[in-house]
Amino acid sequence: MTEEVMIRIAVTAAYIILAPFLGGLLSGLERKLSARMQGRRGPSVFQSFYDVKKLFSKNLQVVNGAQIFIMGSYAFFIVFTGALLFAGWDLLLVFFTLTTAAMFLVAAASCTHSPYSTIGANREMVQMMSYEPMVLLTAVGFYLATGSFDVAEIVKADQMAILKLPGCFIGFMFILTIKLRKSPFDISCSHHAHQEIVKGITTEMSGPCLGLMEISEWYEKVFLFAMIGLFFISSNPLSIIAVVVMCSLAFFLEVLIDNTSARLTWDRMLYSSWTVTLLLGGVNILLLELFK
Amino acid sequence: MNVIPYLICFPFLAALVMFCVRNRKVRGVLACISVAAIMVMVFVLAYCYISDGKSSQLLYESAHYVEYIMQAGEILLMLLVVFLCVKYKKYPVILLSVIPTVMILLTEYIGPELAETAHIRLDRLSLLMCLIVGIIGGMIVVYAVGYMRRYHEHHVEFTDRSSYFFALLFVFLGAMFGLVLSESLTWIFFFWEITSVCSFLLIGYTRTEEAVRNSFRALWMNLLGGFGFAIAIVYTAYKFRHLSLGMLVEQSPLSMIPVMLIAFAALTKSAQFPFSTWLLGAMVAPTPTSALLHSATMVKAGCYILLRLSPALSQTTAGMFISIIGSITFLFASMLAISQSDGKKVLAYSTVSNLGLIVTCAGVGSTGTVWAGIFLLIFHAVTKSLLFQCVGAVENSSHSRDIETMQGLITRLSKLAFLMILGIIGMYLAPFGMLIFKWAALKAFIDSGSHNVFLVIILAFGSSTTLFYWTKWLCKLVSYNSECTPCDDVTTPGQYVSMFFHAVMVIVLCLTFSYISDYYISPYISDIFGETVEFLSKSNLTLMMILVLCVFLIPLLIYLRTRRMKKRTVPAYISGVNRQGGRAFFNSYGDERHMELSNWYMEDLFGEKRLLKFSIIAGAAVVVIALVLVIGGALL
Repeated sequence: MTEEVMIRIAVTAAYIILAPFLGGLLSGLERKLSARMQGRRGPSVFQSFYDVKKLFSKNLQVVNGAQIFIMGSYAFFIVFTGALLFAGWDLLLVFFTLTTAAMFLVAAASCTHSPYSTIGANREMVQMMSYEPMVLLTAVGFYLATGSFDVAEIVKADQMAILKLPGCFIGFMFILTIKLRKSPFDISCSHHAHQEIVKGITTEMSGPCLGLMEISEWYEKVFLFAMIGLFFISSNPLSIIAVVVMCSLAFFLEVLIDNTSARLTWDRMLYSSWTVTLLLGGVNILLLELFK
Repeated sequence: MNVIPYLICFPFLAALVMFCVRNRKVRGVLACISVAAIMVMVFVLAYCYISDGKSSQLLYESAHYVEYIMQAGEILLMLLVVFLCVKYKKYPVILLSVIPTVMILLTEYIGPELAETAHIRLDRLSLLMCLIVGIIGGMIVVYAVGYMRRYHEHHVEFTDRSSYFFALLFVFLGAMFGLVLSESLTWIFFFWEITSVCSFLLIGYTRTEEAVRNSFRALWMNLLGGFGFAIAIVYTAYKFRHLSLGMLVEQSPLSMIPVMLIAFAALTKSAQFPFSTWLLGAMVAPTPTSALLHSATMVKAGCYILLRLSPALSQTTAGMFISIIGSITFLFASMLAISQSDGKKVLAYSTVSNLGLIVTCAGVGSTGTVWAGIFLLIFHAVTKSLLFQCVGAVENSSHSRDIETMQGLITRLSKLAFLMILGIIGMYLAPFGMLIFKWAALKAFIDSGSHNVFLVIILAFGSSTTLFYWTKWLCKLVSYNSECTPCDDVTTPGQYVSMFFHAVMVIVLCLTFSYISDYYISPYISDIFGETVEFLSKSNLTLMMILVLCVFLIPLLIYLRTRRMKKRTVPAYISGVNRQGGRAFFNSYGDERHMELSNWYMEDLFGEKRLLKFSIIAGAAVVVIALVLVIGGALL
């Protein structure tokens, strides 16, 4: 038991320390991969680190003082969410904390009284409304498949959860696009500032504030891919290979979708993600419960 | 338990005093003293109950003289309703009042000989309800003292009938105590009808055309429920020869017909679709009325009765239909709330939605869901009462309760805005009460059997829409601009006392609910179902408490750390030249244009036009099917 606690603490500490490096690297790879898909050379894979370093060297410039501590709280709760997952807590609790974190981000954008930032915040809320049902159903799916909500128990399952949760997995991949702010669902804020709502939710963030936002996104990215990994992990140590392979595939797929699709409107996003949730997530869970 | 008769009768006496005292100040003081007395009595009751050590007490087997008073009361109520119906030409409603009353009286006089059963039941659930009614309801009365003063200063067009208003509030509290403590069906019915008529009178307080229309809607819907209740009483008397709610529950599944009829009455009272419109209409009344109806009393009476019935509903067709109605209500009301910009209307839809969740929990009727349902009821009462009081206070100060006008309230009415924010996050965010028990309910639905998976799916969707309407309200409050026009805060100290008390309760309950569960609710569950289950593990609960602290401390700590940081404040980007600190800009012709920020309401998707009728029809269909199937099934 104590050994398990040690492992859980070690994994959590590793996440907190290493996630920004991994996330930053992923972000760099994303740009590289995107560039190659578009026939460009692309920046170095370490470019994201250079960018953030530069952001932190700038002066702190805000619309109002509230932005700073609400952004700080957002960053804290994102790290906390990931830490809960890696420490093996209840999956639903992890997702609820994620929602609390997202709420801080929306509040940070809204408190500026800026039109672009506010519209970005509103769109972020629609995004939350779109992905939230699938997220909850995924947690329920894990419970039905493995008999526990606790991540610590889920990773000890005899077989991979994907075998019982194919529908939930596809559904989760769908909302992952929303969560990663990838086209066609980069509704609240894309990674490019040339859209009609400027930079959406991050319009009023600059310098260290934006740097903090970037780092939080790195943490979130690692957290989300860990969720993908959770579908493939089992008590068999070899499943780690499956996790790595599938996460890379998912990563590649997300970049590919980003580069090959145009942005949809928010109502299309809402309709499509709810339909996917109901058809894939809902049916998957119904079947699981029927054949339990 | 000598205090029980006083607890029920004292509010009626206080009502009489309120009605007679015409001096505002004296009345205010007397109201506060009466509330204090009620609270003391509730605490004495709680102390006696706990020190006595018995889990459930059945009292007053013979109480004939009280029955006569009640019969007189029922006739009086009937005459009052008939008089008002004639006055406002709403003749059909008369039938809904006369027939049940006559039915009950006939059953009592020429009906069968009935077994002598207890008339009062004191157990953990009824004591809990007494605490909610006494404490939350009492605090609402304290709030009302200040509120009504400001209300009539602001609304000079309405006649000031405050003494009548306070009298009704106290009658309401008394009736609620009677309702939750009664075991005899006729007694419950008597108090049930008092709350129906009382809410009708409270909603019609301003006597405007809208108020009268809405109050009659509330009246006929609740009387319809009372009609169902009366049929259940007559049926029980003839079939089972007793009038005890507890025995009725024990006799299930034989007693499915009366159980279903009483559940039907509870559905009308707890404003489930198709009966939600009366509660939505109730917001025309002054805010203390809404707060009272929505949080501590009226609607909770319906939930209370359903929770009482839940052992009989568990694993039955009736229970399944009740949970379907509850889940439909939960989902659609939360969607409808998105399209509303009137603060009180959002709160009303949110109440309907949360009640739907409690009803679903009661309908499923497993140990876990009832446990979650009771906690949802507690947390909802406290949080919703706080929110209504905040909206009322904001309305008195800024003369609007539209969420769009609450832009930047955090700088204009800081104290009220902070209280409101606390209420809002208490309603939907981790790690606060409502969310924890939504979580618990979700787990319990899954564990309660495979036929409840659809409830899980509905819950998932309903949670996401809930998230949306609360978050956008919250954002409106914090979205401030240095040029926002400040407001005069006209809130009285008495109102603040009540609101701060609620705010403290929201936090304290979040920090202590695991103890409340261990020492109070779980024993009740094991009494009723004969089994104990650990619903949320201790480690999760500890983490929840840590999270509660984090939500407050982390922003505060970061704020204190970064407060003195060197920073440059710039105007927001609006792709033009800012004017008035970002509230206006120059357009391309060089004219100054004003800029307004507005929330999303998604009328096309979630508007009342599109969804309200549909949800009412869907709810009505399920109610009819349920009544036909359950009653028909039991008769055949």
